Amino acid sequence: MSMRMSPARVWRARGSRYRLEASRCKDCGRTVYPPRPVCPYCRSRNVEIVELPRKGRVVTWTVQYTVPHGYRSKAPLILAIVELENGTRVFSELVDVEPEEIREGMEVEAVLRKVYEDGDEGVIVYATKFRPIKTG
Amino acid sequence: MTKIDRHYDKDMRSLAAEAALKALDDTKGADPKAVVVGNMMSSSLYQQDSLGALVADAIGLRGRGALKVEASCGSGGHAVAVGYSLVASGLYDQVMVVGIEKMCDYPTSVVTAGLAQAADAEYEVVYGASFAALNALVMRLYMSRYGAKRESIALWPVMMHENAVHNPYAQLRFRVTVEAVLRSPVIADPIRLLDAAPIGDGAAALILASEEVARKLSDAPVLIAGVGMGSDALDLASRQDLLDPISIRYAAKQAYAMAGIEPRNVDVAEIHDAFSITALLSIEGLGFAEPGKSWKELEEGRYRPGDKPSLNPSGGLKARGHPVGATGVYQVAEIAMQLRGDFPGIKCGGEIGLAMNTGGVATLTTVIVLRR
Repeated sequence: MSMRMSPARVWRARGSRYRLEASRCKDCGRTVYPPRPVCPYCRSRNVEIVELPRKGRVVTWTVQYTVPHGYRSKAPLILAIVELENGTRVFSELVDVEPEEIREGMEVEAVLRKVYEDGDEGVIVYATKFRPIKTG
Repeated sequence: MTKIDRHYDKDMRSLAAEAALKALDDTKGADPKAVVVGNMMSSSLYQQDSLGALVADAIGLRGRGALKVEASCGSGGHAVAVGYSLVASGLYDQVMVVGIEKMCDYPTSVVTAGLAQAADAEYEVVYGASFAALNALVMRLYMSRYGAKRESIALWPVMMHENAVHNPYAQLRFRVTVEAVLRSPVIADPIRLLDAAPIGDGAAALILASEEVARKLSDAPVLIAGVGMGSDALDLASRQDLLDPISIRYAAKQAYAMAGIEPRNVDVAEIHDAFSITALLSIEGLGFAEPGKSWKELEEGRYRPGDKPSLNPSGGLKARGHPVGATGVYQVAEIAMQLRGDFPGIKCGGEIGLAMNTGGVATLTTVIVLRR
């Protein structure tokens, strides 16, 4: 298979994918992930890059049974929207959890994991995923 | 229009010609000055760009201006909006809009990967997310916030299949029951197979002309009374409220204002229902039901043929079929035929019709109001 993922493309996204960098608007104070050059709420260009908190709660999730080529070994995929402690929402995968254990509002924390291998010789893509916070 | 089906024997040229020549033959000598093509996946599946030239040449319009309009599953509606603006601006007195999509040549996994390109490549698709999974996130939240019952939501596909039985252009002309929907395989929990539109090939064509020219070309021209477009964030997580389809609301507001109507004036509409949850958000975004109430309206038997509005007498994306980039053109053609009284399936009649098409998870929307 030919190269599908360019190294530069993966490198460019290192801040947002590994460190959960978002953009915070210095005018209206709202934070949005992934970062944008202009605040989508007030159109201000006065935005700065901030790191998001690494803990949050599950807002909604799905268990995806039909998965694309390159993800078969991970099927079924558990995908979710997580609301972080500062209220910013991110889309990600839930790991180290069984589908039937997931609840709305479940507390989760960020972990760095592999998401995709571009064949045997291509780039390996890493990104932030979320796992349940073990209590007790 | 062509019947939506697995057209293994037809390539894009022949499929486009079948629809376009029918549209030309329906007029008294139309001579379109430009061609607008609605299509999503010619590039990802067929390695084919420059689609405007392929279509214009295939339908005998070599030499005329041509372009493709892409807005994922909303490409067709956006192509109609562009075609409308070419005429309304005065640049051309008549244009052809062709919606075309071929999806059946490839295995489902390849087509699914192509469809996923409607979502955010860097922050959603990279995790392996399918288009169904993204809609499933919205559906679970909808059921949780509004207490919507799974079996009530299943009434939508049941109604769509019932309507499609009568439509000779529909892909899935058979009835299903609520039990069958609830027993069908899970694609992305809570979305099941019978919540989802099928994969199919199809083409549809329209001729848009200035009012003066239209009256010469046809004894029963239908007026485009309102056009609206809207967008939302490409990714789901950053949206202000996943259950507030702002692209639909914005597009509808413009189209209603331009046509001088309210949602309650609409007699018949073809709305976007790629998944059952999409139908609910479309109904609410268009103002046919209050937010969070559309599933209740389904329980009460609303939106069937004869109701005001009647929704998707064609069978909708769910059962008429969803050749993605062509769908929005099918919808406008179907509504035009409803208002003319010659739709070959369930006839709803009426004075005011509406077509609503969206790409992504209500990411790029058009609303088009037609008047007899």
